[in-house]
Amino acid sequence: MTTAAADADIHAALSGVTRVYPATAATPPVHALGPLDLELKRGEFFAVVGPSGCGKSTLLEVLAGLQQPSAGTVTFEGRAVAGKVPDGVGVVFQEDASFPWMTVWDNAAFGLRRNGVAAAEIRRRVDDALAFMGLTEFAPAYPAQLSGGMRQRVCISRTLVLQPRLILLDEPFGALDAQTRLLMGDEVLRLWRRTGATILLITHALDEAAMLSDRIGAMSARPGRFLDVVVTGWPRERDSKIVSEPQFGEITGRLWDNLRGESMKSLGHRGMAAG
Amino acid sequence: MIATRRAADTAIILIVLLLAWQALHQLVGATALPAPVPTLAYLAKFVPSERFAENAWATLVCFFYALLLSYGIGLSIGVWMGIHRLSGAVGEPILISLYTLPKVTLYPVVLLIFGLSLSGRVTFGAMHGVLPVALLTMSAIRNIPPVYLKSARTLHLSGWQTILTVLFPATLPEIVAGLRIGFTLTLLGVLLAEMFAAKQGLGSLIINAMQLMQAEEMLSVAVVLFAFAALANALLLWIEHRLHRRV
Amino acid sequence: MTRVGWIRLAVLAIAIGLLELCCRVGLIDQRVVIPPSEMAVALVRLLISGDANEQIVRTFGIVIVAALISVVAGFALGAVTHALPRVRQSLDPFFATYYAVPIFIFYPVMIVIFGLSAIPIVLMGVATAIVAMIIATLNGLDRVPRVLAKVARVHRMGTIATALRLKLPAAAPHLFTGVKLAVSYAFIGVIASEFILAPAGLGRVISDAYTDFNNRQMYALMLLLIIVATVVNMLLYVVDQRWAERRGIAKP
Repeated sequence: MTTAAADADIHAALSGVTRVYPATAATPPVHALGPLDLELKRGEFFAVVGPSGCGKSTLLEVLAGLQQPSAGTVTFEGRAVAGKVPDGVGVVFQEDASFPWMTVWDNAAFGLRRNGVAAAEIRRRVDDALAFMGLTEFAPAYPAQLSGGMRQRVCISRTLVLQPRLILLDEPFGALDAQTRLLMGDEVLRLWRRTGATILLITHALDEAAMLSDRIGAMSARPGRFLDVVVTGWPRERDSKIVSEPQFGEITGRLWDNLRGESMKSLGHRGMAAG
Repeated sequence: MIATRRAADTAIILIVLLLAWQALHQLVGATALPAPVPTLAYLAKFVPSERFAENAWATLVCFFYALLLSYGIGLSIGVWMGIHRLSGAVGEPILISLYTLPKVTLYPVVLLIFGLSLSGRVTFGAMHGVLPVALLTMSAIRNIPPVYLKSARTLHLSGWQTILTVLFPATLPEIVAGLRIGFTLTLLGVLLAEMFAAKQGLGSLIINAMQLMQAEEMLSVAVVLFAFAALANALLLWIEHRLHRRV
Repeated sequence: MTRVGWIRLAVLAIAIGLLELCCRVGLIDQRVVIPPSEMAVALVRLLISGDANEQIVRTFGIVIVAALISVVAGFALGAVTHALPRVRQSLDPFFATYYAVPIFIFYPVMIVIFGLSAIPIVLMGVATAIVAMIIATLNGLDRVPRVLAKVARVHRMGTIATALRLKLPAAAPHLFTGVKLAVSYAFIGVIASEFILAPAGLGRVISDAYTDFNNRQMYALMLLLIIVATVVNMLLYVVDQRWAERRGIAKP
């Protein structure tokens, strides 16, 4: 592939990005991330895995424009990202960000209402998104009446209606039990195929990353840098059943080879990393 | 480091309060509001005097009895309602309603029953203090994690041992919080009673001084009461925090 | 109504019934306490005659004004303090000790400054209520989940939009607790002041009735105060619970 064609494919990129949290009254400065390079191809599903504290969430927030890098550049669709979240980027956070004072329907419609979209269009998009996420019958309910998994689906719906071209997911299923997570993984794949968006998923679960992604970046312990980028080669039409494929075991094995030592480092075990 | 920061903050607040006092004094004049310095000078002379000592003693005695009643009755009600679930469920909203009611409304009844005597002031003070003690004690007992009781049973502790070694330490911080608020409100009740209708006590001193247009005396007594209440509260709060950290 | 609710009603009915009985039978001297039924009758007569209407309107008007000022100013001060962490840290000991000091000792000072009018009474109402609102505002703003600020930036909302559309609704239950307390404390502050010394108002009329040995008038007005205070507090409590339920917050 020629360079020009390859460049046209790149949807978002981090180049030489570092993030150092400045010192406060109570703490010294923290070198959380980088230097790190990442190129996201348009329409791909990219996962980032790594031990806790390695800077995965920081990476997502820098890419989204929620934080400024201490060094390096961030681009989205060819333009620099500087301090503001660009139009076309959607983020689903780890914590429950559903608004408890609004119904599920109003939660989903929130972003659209603010952008002056016509009422009929709002209704169409919200109904569509809720139907896609399986929340139609819960539209008049309040988040407090729903389970954790359903509340995350509400947050995803809220992101969906804005038709983002890049979707960033920060450990969105961290608070859910294992079976629900596998099913939510299928949901995300459906979402990905339906919207054609580029997806960056942060997760600490190796199996989740291996199952869902086209490529997986394995991050080192803090300060986080990419140790390896694993290409999975899965077909676009995939679901959770691929966990029974032999390739799946190889991929998770390779990820763990990279990460085992890093995880021990971040847990504070010294001298056990060898062998 | 944190302790000195806090002390510095408290000092800053006191200085700001004094400055505000001085500013207000400039605004309204000495007859209405004497300046801090003359007031403190008056205080230095007045507090050691016999008249002050008599009234302070009267308030103290009244407060002491009222506090005994508040704590005694409050703890008893609180423990009973905490242990006996039905009584707790039935009684809690009633206690809360009484808590939010301005008890001053009931003062004339107290006066009618007791007249202007010490018993009346003590009763009125206790009426204010008994409710937070009862409510917080009840809450403390209800909030004992059930796992504590289960552990006590698996350890084959007797009833008394369970109460002394498990329940009492577990509920102590919240009960002390109730005692602290009870302290504050009982003092308030006693002072209100003295301000409304009494011949002795610091509350009546303030009202008398007002009627005689003696602003310095009025403020001096107020400052003394302010200092007493603030220091007592700080002490009880410190005890409460120490207990919380143990738990 | 639940079983507990019925029991509670029965307990209250029995208590009032006992009081009625003791008064009628003479166990309680009627010069001290009149039977509850006669209190109610006296109240109805008083309301119909309209003799105390001016005082009733005056007192409740002052309470409303004091509560409003406390809620609005308390919220503003709380919001500003919350935005300035160093200031907040300095003020923390002040807030912690505020309700430990019997504020009514300063009421005569205010009378001397402002004269015997409605102003010191409003001030006492505000002084009693405002700090509760400030503390509740600080608590409410503390409890706004930090993720909401990030959501605001993802939706590219400005500072004011974030404050009004996200922070305010998120903090609302705790703010409402502050409103509840502010109303309650304003009530207490105003009534207590009127009792101690006031030119007019319900507290003044009740204390006058006491000195004039007019028990009927006194008890009628006391009953009115108790009923209004209880009803208002109960209403606020119920609304608070309902909102909290919808939001999935457990309220004590």
